[in-house]
Amino acid sequence: MTGLLRTSIEAQFSDIWLEGELSNLRAPGSGHVYCTLKDKTSQIRAVLFRSTAVRLRFALQEGLHVVVRGRLTVYEPRGEYQIVLDTVEPKGIGALQLTFEQLKERLATEGLFDQDRKKSIPAFPRTVGVVTSLTGAAIRDILAVLRRRWPTLHILIAPVQVQGEHAGRQIAEALTALNNLGSVDVIIVGRGGGSLEDLWSFNEEIVVRAIAASHVPVVSAVGHEIDVTLADFVADLRAPTPSAAAEAVVPVLAEIVERLQELKVRLGQVMLRHCAFERQRLDAGIRGVTDVRFRLQDAAQRTDDRVDRLHEMVQQLLMAGRERVHGVQRDLSGLNPILAIKQGLATVPQFSKRLEGQMGVMLAQHRHRIHATLAQLNTLSPLAILGRGYSILQTVPAGQILHRANDVRVGQELEAQLASGRLSCTVTQVFDDSSV
Amino acid sequence: MAAVKFEQAMARLEAIVGELEKSDLPLDESLRIFEEGIRLSKNCLKILEEAEHKVEVLVQDKNGKKRIHAYSPDDAADEPSS
Repeated sequence: MTGLLRTSIEAQFSDIWLEGELSNLRAPGSGHVYCTLKDKTSQIRAVLFRSTAVRLRFALQEGLHVVVRGRLTVYEPRGEYQIVLDTVEPKGIGALQLTFEQLKERLATEGLFDQDRKKSIPAFPRTVGVVTSLTGAAIRDILAVLRRRWPTLHILIAPVQVQGEHAGRQIAEALTALNNLGSVDVIIVGRGGGSLEDLWSFNEEIVVRAIAASHVPVVSAVGHEIDVTLADFVADLRAPTPSAAAEAVVPVLAEIVERLQELKVRLGQVMLRHCAFERQRLDAGIRGVTDVRFRLQDAAQRTDDRVDRLHEMVQQLLMAGRERVHGVQRDLSGLNPILAIKQGLATVPQFSKRLEGQMGVMLAQHRHRIHATLAQLNTLSPLAILGRGYSILQTVPAGQILHRANDVRVGQELEAQLASGRLSCTVTQVFDDSSV
Repeated sequence: MAAVKFEQAMARLEAIVGELEKSDLPLDESLRIFEEGIRLSKNCLKILEEAEHKVEVLVQDKNGKKRIHAYSPDDAADEPSS
């Protein structure tokens, strides 16, 4: 009977549309998904076989309001009828939109969109990588802007499909390849405008993760201003269009050269100013030294003046001194001893005359006294004794007066002094008193 | 990386000009950074002149081997097909 019912049901409900809420979601290891679809009044079991389930971009969630298409069948072991789903669409918003929202929320929770993850875009890239299609408008726009702004730029294009089932993987691989080169300074990843489906690759998780993993800063440029993809959320910089991305990654070379030249000019000017300033200071210093020199000269002059005046004063002092000396000399000359001597000498003759007179008197007196004394002396003189007949015997030549005969020898020469004259005698014989 | 070198050199150059324009440096210090500035500006211009000036395409062949060749606008065939 179940088999009969099944044949009948399958024939009658081979392609039906239903709308309801998902509940009792189960996804066992087989990959098939089981659930119940219900509305306020009824419910029906539903199955989503693996081959269909993997094609779903969004995740089935409990309570999700969906519109489904499928065929009715009977699961004979349990005798239950169920709908086998081909298509599941979220009710109200599109499936893509739902997928987008779900993935965005999940990746945001992981922190992939955090601001502090974002790398700064280098100001002066040398090599710019571009991940996009070689056939689209995007590459033409990007190349045109890059070459206009920085004609000598090195541009490295990693061509990829930007829509279709392989696009996501290709974009991710291209990002990895450019990173591996090591020479790329910044990467633009994007495409021109299109429908939500056309831009879908830039919402794929593999692309978002590849951008997040890139060591090289990534600028996203997907579609037009109004199109927002998950690539934009994760990129280090979101450009509204491919042209804008190109403008964002390179400055205008001519402006940079101009800025460099301007800096060089300013550098020169400011240094000149500096030098002029220092020159002024130097001049001021030299003036200062000159002033000192003038002051020195002035001082020298004043010193000369003073020396002159000193000189004069000394001269005056000398003059005064000299005059005083002259005065003293004059005074002294009045006291000249020569004059005194001359005067004295003048008085000498008078004195000598007086002396002579005095002396004559004194001499006469003395002469008288001397004569008297001589007469007295004469009476006592041996000569006077001799006059009375005595003589004095003396040895010759010693002149020794002899008192004893024994004092002479025979043959000795003697001299005899008489009162008048002398006799030379020779001893012929000696007699002492005993022999008499 | 040259890009970083250039950026740093430009930043240093700007800083030097700014510092000199404040002009409260002693003369010998001014001269020293002035010379550095001149050297930097020459280096910056040299880096700009050294730029490679080319557009290339990075492709991967069927064996996964990567090649780089010059870009021409008719290169659409290089886009991977799968």
